[in-house]
Amino acid sequence: MTGLPAMHPGPGPVPVLALGDVLLVTLQGELHDGAAEQLQHDISRRIASSPVPVTGVVIDLSGVEIIDSFLGRVLAEIAASARLLAARTILAGMRPAVAITLVELGLTLPGLSTALNVEKALSLLGRASSAAPTAHLEEGA
Amino acid sequence: MHAPITSTTRLPIGSDADLAWVRQQVRQAAADLGFNLVQQTKLVTAASELARNALVHGGGGHMEMTVLAEGAHRGLRLSFVDAGPGIRDVELAMTDGYTTGGGLGMGLSGAKRLVKEFTLDTRPGQGTTVTIVDWVSGLPAPRTGAP
Ligand SMILES: Nc1ncnc2c1ncn2[C@@H]1O[C@H](COP(=O)(O)OP(=O)(O)OP(=O)(O)O)[C@@H](O)[C@H]1O
Ligand SMILES: [Mg+2]
Repeated sequence: MTGLPAMHPGPGPVPVLALGDVLLVTLQGELHDGAAEQLQHDISRRIASSPVPVTGVVIDLSGVEIIDSFLGRVLAEIAASARLLAARTILAGMRPAVAITLVELGLTLPGLSTALNVEKALSLLGRASSAAPTAHLEEGA
Repeated sequence: MHAPITSTTRLPIGSDADLAWVRQQVRQAAADLGFNLVQQTKLVTAASELARNALVHGGGGHMEMTVLAEGAHRGLRLSFVDAGPGIRDVELAMTDGYTTGGGLGMGLSGAKRLVKEFTLDTRPGQGTTVTIVDWVSGLPAPRTGAP
């Protein structure tokens, strides 16, 4: 069920991949606070310095077992700064248990778009070959 | 409520690596006890909030994790202990959105909503201990923090 068992904590930096005009970030297992903050800076820098204008940032959360208020704030800030740089952020693949917990914690992450998986996120950003855009996107304020 | 203690583990809270370790250990213990995935996730999230508070606001401390047994029921008690400045106005600190540190101010109030039992013991100048208890679902425990 878990793609990767949460092995040792991953203190290292999180890679940011460029897929054309979209940045793809895959979070997995344990993310240290420092690495989360580093990621926030990395994404802004990548958007600002990209040769191709970045239109979207997709953050794959399918390997993330918990989101607490710290990581929630980091995700919201990534989306806010990406938006100022004209890119849209989509959270992909959040696990149901994580979503339930976030709501009870009181974090609804307003303004963040979500998609069931990376493929759907990319198609929301207009990057998929599939013709039928079945977008049930929630427009956050 | 006089559950016999079956085992206690003590983990330091002194760095963000320690927070990750606390989350893993709580996850493991909760899974071993038979908490379902949603319960595990809530408990680990609450633990992450309280451990971070002990680190950030309390200047570090430790967590004590105790397995509880009451008849056939199994539970987990987690205490987050620091010797920091304490909380002057607990009611205010427990308010959604209240923060003195540039956070979201959801940690304390949110953690309380995520578990069955929540107690906060603090003395200005001496420190803070927050204790949470959760039972593997099935026990008719007193409900707190109902919406
Ligand atoms: N262990 C502690 N020692 C001293 N003060 C604390 C402690 N825990 C919480 N507080 C105080 O209570 C306030 C609210 O805590 P809470 O966890 O709800 O929010 P936060 O930590 O500021 O932000 P976040 O949403 O990121 O958790 C804190 O800003 C701090 O002033
Ligand atoms: Mg907090």
